[in-house]
Amino acid sequence: MGIRSASPSRRSAMPAGPHPQRRRRRATSAKARYALTVLAFLAPSAVPLAYFTIYPMFSALWVSFHQWNLLSPMRWVGLDNYVMLLHDPTTQRAFVNTLTYIVGYLPLVYIGGLGLALALNAAIPFRNFLRGVYFLPVVTSWIVVALVWRWLLNPSVGIVNYVLSLVGITGPGWWTDPAWAMPSIIIASAWKDLGFVMVILLAGLQAIPADLYEAAHLDGAGWWGRLRHVTLPMLSPSTFFVVVISLINGFQVFDQVYAMTGGGPAGASTVVVQRVYDMTFRYAQAGAASALSWMLFLVILAITVVQLVGQRKWVNYA
Amino acid sequence: MSRLTHLAAVGLIAVVGCSLTACSGGANNTAAAPGTSASSSAAPVTITYNNFISNGGNEANLDKIVKAFESANPGIKVNVKTMAYADYFTALQTDIVANTTADVFDIEYANYKAYQANGVLAPLKGVDTSVYPANLADAYATDGTQYALPSSFSNVVLFYNKDLFDKAGVSYPTADWTWADEKAAAEKLTDQAAGVWGDYQPISYYEFYKAVAQSGGNLLSADGKSTAFNNQAGIDAATWLTEKAGTVMPTAAQGAGTPDFDSKLFADGKLAMWHTGIWMFGTLGDVPFNWDIAVEPGNTQHASAMFSNALAVSANSKNKEAAQKWAQFMSSSDVMVSTRLAAGWELPPVADESKLQPYLTAGKPANRQAVFDSLKGVALAPSIGEGQTQMQDIITDQLTEAAAGRASVKDAVAAAAQKVDALLG
Repeated sequence: MGIRSASPSRRSAMPAGPHPQRRRRRATSAKARYALTVLAFLAPSAVPLAYFTIYPMFSALWVSFHQWNLLSPMRWVGLDNYVMLLHDPTTQRAFVNTLTYIVGYLPLVYIGGLGLALALNAAIPFRNFLRGVYFLPVVTSWIVVALVWRWLLNPSVGIVNYVLSLVGITGPGWWTDPAWAMPSIIIASAWKDLGFVMVILLAGLQAIPADLYEAAHLDGAGWWGRLRHVTLPMLSPSTFFVVVISLINGFQVFDQVYAMTGGGPAGASTVVVQRVYDMTFRYAQAGAASALSWMLFLVILAITVVQLVGQRKWVNYA
Repeated sequence: MSRLTHLAAVGLIAVVGCSLTACSGGANNTAAAPGTSASSSAAPVTITYNNFISNGGNEANLDKIVKAFESANPGIKVNVKTMAYADYFTALQTDIVANTTADVFDIEYANYKAYQANGVLAPLKGVDTSVYPANLADAYATDGTQYALPSSFSNVVLFYNKDLFDKAGVSYPTADWTWADEKAAAEKLTDQAAGVWGDYQPISYYEFYKAVAQSGGNLLSADGKSTAFNNQAGIDAATWLTEKAGTVMPTAAQGAGTPDFDSKLFADGKLAMWHTGIWMFGTLGDVPFNWDIAVEPGNTQHASAMFSNALAVSANSKNKEAAQKWAQFMSSSDVMVSTRLAAGWELPPVADESKLQPYLTAGKPANRQAVFDSLKGVALAPSIGEGQTQMQDIITDQLTEAAAGRASVKDAVAAAAQKVDALLG
């Protein structure tokens, strides 16, 4: 930005032709027109972003310092909401549940997505068809997916427990059992997002030059050696992208929880965003809910910054 | 280039246009105001009415009542907006925050107190409340002032499948039954091998406060400032609800508690007794077996859950007079009574029971008298204001824990009482 705005003056400092003034004016007006055009193109996304995301974000910050039941005027309480949330066992549990979700979900979706990408990068029949099929869940509504998974994982009539019973295993209570509610959500989420991770990694795989594999092959590297020393390092930018996006999405997990368990049984799968929703729309605590939203935002921001800094150590931009 | 700029400009205009139309939804309300502030009745007035009560099949019936009102009051037009119950209260809350509430809107008893205490509801002046059943009218009055008018009521009774009773050789439920009778019958009727269950009662807050009352207790102390269920009545109630799961009633793992599970089980002829509301009459019209209803059995006394909806006038309404007129019409006119009875919509809240006569003979179930007999012992739902939903969640969660065997009933009741007390603190 600074460099660009400096350029007109630098140009005018150059030995000028017969009408330096006029030339400069024409340059500025062209520049202004260019800027206007850019703005016009940006507006369709920038205006809603400012109005529906950035403005509400900061008004939520303002609300977070108040007690507000959405009915009466707000009452200033300073940092009370933040202090309350830090000591609130239900909120702590929601953070623990969210972390549990991420710890279970991220490895599952990454390893699964990588496996799919590797398989569908090879020359196998129906490759394009299969790529499309695995991507289908990504574009399917979460409500539909959640209902289907609820049914698949139904403890008494679900197909998963039926198949398990065929091999002599008594299936768990899945989403009706507090110990299994979160694993149920993790499985459904990983299944839905596999296709997304697959597509990103597939693009990354195709960008790896074939001569690297050739060289590794000549050096006597086997399948594992090539995966370990060529594929994974060359894939690190894609991996980094997937991990950043998945972590952000993971902290914001809500739809599937809401549709599959509603946070139950007895709060066993309540995540942070579910708690924000409950506090805002069900418990008349919009101030505390806004504070929790900001706490979540700061956590995500901190983790993302750490990742951006840490990437220098392991991400390999060829 | 110029064509692209043109396109971008169109996009920009579209975006700005969208945000403007979003705002104008609110502006409409105020636009109607100037013409109506004049006291003369000459200028036509348009009032808005937001409701959920007609959603899901009764929209045309509401329309009929609106038409009758408009022809009786030529100076007033009613603009109706209908929403699903599930979305209604979120929308209402948003309207309240944005100051765009309709002139008249539906509320229900459970959230009346929160709205009244926060000044959302306009006090209603000069209403003849004698046309409503006294306990219903009182439910929506605070410190002697009426803040809403009951628009309907419904209650919960014991539905039973006569064919299953006949098959098991068990005699039908009567109004004299107690929990012990129901339990004995449920055990005889349950045939898990055939997929037949004896009983179904949701394990939830709504059943709990009623079961406490059926055991002679109360959910809250008389002043509403603390709980009153951490005692024998509370434990009896929680035991009654939770011990059914897995013995005479399907467990959560078997699907209990999921939407429409119980209604499907009953309609499939696989459920002998079912605790549910009279709003289910309509949907059971064509089941291929005989069924009827009875007053819900009690433990030491009868206590029925009664639900009621009400109409409130917005404290911000520019047309309070016209709004109140509509609220009164919608809650007490003869057109409303006859429309509701003919449609099998929820019961109209009229004091004059002779007006309800047609209901008794309106079809299945035969023993519709039980609906009115149930009203002789009503356990009104406690209404604590803002913490309402939180209290309900706490109690339902603890009961769920006890039903699944993850906590003892005694511990679950104590934990629920402790948490609700902290909330009321």
